[in-house]
This record gives sequence, C-alpha cells and structure tokens, in this order.
Amino acid sequence: MKKLLNTLYVMTSGSYLSRQGETVVVRQDDEIKLQLPIHTLSAIMCFGQVSASAPLLGFCAARKVTVSFFSMSGRFMARMVGPVSGNVLLRKAQYRRADDQAFTADIARSFILAKIANCRTVLLRASRERIGDTVLAGAADDLKTHLLNLSEPIALDRIRGKEGDAARTYFSVFDRLITSQKEAFVFHERSRRPPLDNINALLSFVYTLLAHDVASALEGVGLDPAVGFLHRDRPGRPGLALDIMEELRPFTADRLVLSLINLRQIKAEGFEKTASGAVQMNDATRKIVLTEYQKKKQEEIRHPFLNEKVVVGLLPHIQAMLLARYLRGDLDGYPAFIFR
Amino acid sequence: MFTEDDLLPISALQHLAFCERQAALIHLEGEWQENKLTVEGHGLHDKVHEDDAEVRNGVRLVRGLRVRSLEFGLVGAIDMLELTPVDSAEAGGVALPGLRGRFLPYIVEYKRGRPKLDHCDEIQLCAQALCLEEMLGASIAESAFFYGTPRRRHAVTLDMDLRAETGRLAVRLREIIDSGQTPPPEYAPRCQNCSLIDLCLPQAPRQEGSVSRYLKRTINEVTSEETA
Ligand code: SF4
Repeated sequence: MKKLLNTLYVMTSGSYLSRQGETVVVRQDDEIKLQLPIHTLSAIMCFGQVSASAPLLGFCAARKVTVSFFSMSGRFMARMVGPVSGNVLLRKAQYRRADDQAFTADIARSFILAKIANCRTVLLRASRERIGDTVLAGAADDLKTHLLNLSEPIALDRIRGKEGDAARTYFSVFDRLITSQKEAFVFHERSRRPPLDNINALLSFVYTLLAHDVASALEGVGLDPAVGFLHRDRPGRPGLALDIMEELRPFTADRLVLSLINLRQIKAEGFEKTASGAVQMNDATRKIVLTEYQKKKQEEIRHPFLNEKVVVGLLPHIQAMLLARYLRGDLDGYPAFIFR
Repeated sequence: MFTEDDLLPISALQHLAFCERQAALIHLEGEWQENKLTVEGHGLHDKVHEDDAEVRNGVRLVRGLRVRSLEFGLVGAIDMLELTPVDSAEAGGVALPGLRGRFLPYIVEYKRGRPKLDHCDEIQLCAQALCLEEMLGASIAESAFFYGTPRRRHAVTLDMDLRAETGRLAVRLREIIDSGQTPPPEYAPRCQNCSLIDLCLPQAPRQEGSVSRYLKRTINEVTSEETA
C-alpha cells in the first residue's frame, strides 16, 4: 500500500512558506522555524494569515503536494493543485455516470448503507458501556430498520430521504455518547453555519479536515471532487468529496470528537462564544485536535473489502481508488467502507 | 505506415512487456505515479541530456536524440549515440546530417543502479534501434546499457528474435490503445515491483457480484450485532 505521508499544518499567523532546494521552509519574523524535505509531505494546510512564495507553490504542484488555505476558523478558502491529472477517460466515465439515474442510485445507496451502518456501530460501541440505555438501543434499532429498507435498489430521492431520517435519529442521541464534562459539552442538534455549541464547533472543524483529505484523495486518483452522485452538482460544492465523506465520518471524525471530550483531551476553556452566539475554538485547542487527528490517521485497521491492513489516514485514498475502479468497470459496484 | 500523430512512446513497450495492465493504466488512462525510482531516474536523464555533442577518442557522442519509426509507430529518445568514424559504407558506416564522413552508430542507454537487465529493458533498446535504423537507413547489430553502480557497460545483441518480439509488442500496444480498454489485473510477483500497485489494486476481489456480496455480508454482520 501507498505510504501515508505527513500533512504540514501551519497555524501561526504571519508564517511565510518558501522553497529551499528540496525542502519547504517555514519562517516567522524572518526566522526559520521549520524546514522539511518535500518527499515527506503529502499536503500543506495553512490556517489564517499564512503566505507562500510562488516558487514554493510551483514546487509543491510538481511534487503533487497540495497546498490549501483556510480561514482561522477552519473555513476552506482555496486549494492549489498542479495540472489536472491526465486521466480524461476516468473523468468522462465519472461525468457520464453522474448523469445515469440507475448508476447514480446504485453508488448513492452504497454511500448511505455504509454511513448508516457506521453510525449504528458508533452507537453500539458506546452503548456497551451503558448497559440498559434503552434510548441508545432504540436508536440503533431504528438505524437497523433503515438499513434493511435500503437492502434493495431504490430511487435516489428515497435514498436521500432515508439518509435524512437516519441522520436525525443518530444526532438525536449523540449527546448520550458524551460521558464526561457533560456541563460544557451538550449537544442538541447539528448546527454548522455557524456552529452554535462546543461540540458542533469541534465536529465542523474535524469535518473540514476530513473533507480536505477526501478531496485531495479524489484529485489524486484523477476524479473530479466537484461532481457527485448523492450530492448533486452545485457550483462551489465538492459533491463527490461530500459523498465519500458520508461513510467515513462516523468512524474517523465522530469517534475522534467523542474521545477528545470523553478523555478530557480538550476542555471548556478552549471554546469561546462570540456575540452572535457562534462558537470558536482557540489556537491551543485547534492544535490538540490536529495532533489527535494525525495520530488517528496512523492507526492500523483491516480494510473490510480489500482484507488488507491499512492505516486510517489512507482510507480516503483507498475509497477514491475503489470508486475509480468501479467507474472504469473493474469492479461490479462501489465497496463503501463499513467498519466493525 | 503510421503518421506522426499516431506514434506511441517507446517506453510503453517496456511497460507492456512488464504488464499489459500497467501499460494501459499509464498510456491509456494517463496514470503516472512517481515513485522514488522514477524520480531518481529523471535526475539521471536530465544530466545525460544536458550538453548535446562532444568527441572523445575520436568517437563522437550525441546525447538526447529524438527518434521515431513510422513503420512501427513508435517515438522516443536515445540517451546517447556513439558515432565511430569508418572508412566506407561496406564497414556499415552511414552518412549523417550535418557531418562529413561515415559513422558506425551505437546506442548507449543509461540505467540507474546495478546491472539487472531484464527483458523489458532489451525491448526498449531494440525499439530505439528500430527507430534509428529507419531514420538513418542504417542497420544496427548491437547496442548497450550503461549502469551507474558499478559503472559498467552491458551489450545487447539485436537479433531476429528480439526484433520480432519488439514488433509484436508494438502491434499489441496499438490494439490496447485503440480498444480503449484496460485489461483486468492479474496478481503476480511482479506486482510488488510495480509503481502502480495501489492504483491498480490487483488484489481487490474482482469476481462478478463480489461488491454486492461484500455489502450484503458486512451489513448483515453489522446489523446482527445486538444492542447491549
Ligand atoms: S500491480 Fe500488477 S497487475 Fe497491476 S499494473 Fe502493476 S504489475 Fe500489472
């Protein structure tokens, strides 16, 4: 399997990135803070006031290292990639199939089956420690019903409907998965624009990180992250990246957020409510989240379809690969990631 | 006879001799995964192509020559061509554009690392020779690889068998490109040396129905897990 390379996160305002030979140099106040060989990196993510020289950007493009810029709060602003991967045949297959109703419904059903199954597993794992929590058990049973409803091909809008129902069920009990620091971390419902409580702020930030990894992985295998199957085309929205995220979210993002809170790795002090009610994390908290996210990427699991040991960080790449192989006709379906 | 627009890269023959799927992934689907080996390889070639001509011990060295064959439909480049002056056409000498006299052409292709010549390399060398023969009206009996460590030359005789094999691969390459179909993978020991292994996924289950079986089975397993 491909090696998992590092992502360089640049969080300090005023940082300046440039190239020196085969290395990436990070300067702050004209002082070199960090110098890394390019071949150890797969991506550079810049948060807030960070700038980069044109030669560095060109260098990164040539070496297939994506450079992305985010606002301080983690809102995606821009991603710099090199020339479009030469694979026109694959992109044409993707576009053709995105317009094919039956095909689209088939892929979308895979995404959602996996998402609901994974949500259910998250609930079940948590309910093990809370024997007798009938609410959790009830939600898990509801999700099972949704899964069984999806066992035969159905129309795309009905898949979307099931997806919405399942998400509501899942998030309606999400608060019960928080087992420590209950006062500071209360969850009512998902709020994104902007996040209105600490948990939503955390979820949004981790989803941003995951979305970035998925979009890069799709671009890396030559797929267009903007043209999705479940998420229809809307300018500026990475539809396909959101599609693949559905199945990866519970396992990679939600469980991370839960363990950050439950293991007290982050604290209430790391969050701040602004005048509008929107919640922001401070730099220190963001750093902890990034570190733990990176750690999680190193964890090894057995891929359920490939039956091979892989690290979590490669899941976006592997799923992008499997999707590409399906679009090319190498596989008879899209084997979404379902964890056990 | 092919036209210039139809020419396929010589390197594709090498990939084809290694694995048909690899050749299709690279030359049909435009996949190219740089691994360490290929990156180092580029570095070496950059140097080889740097200056274009010099004379050493009376032998003229020409670097980075672009060659093609309309008969075989191939195009590529030669790292270095050695031109030894000879007296007559009888000795196999050919006249060259811009040079006086006649010369014996000898192709030298640079290889990184240790001598480990495989069939794919010989095919590449032969294809280069076929192109050069067509362009110069020459006939080339032998060519060589030059290895970095240790610095050593290894000669390859361009016999009938090798030529026939190279020609056959050129035909097969065109069939694959024209068909637009990437052949399915076949997991083999060579896959471990293939830079495209994680694009190709040669070990992924691939029988008809394998994905729907996988989805059914995993969903069953997950849903049979009971609530505590
Ligand atoms: S991994 Fe194996 S089957 Fe796939 S392209 Fe490489 S050599 Fe061919």
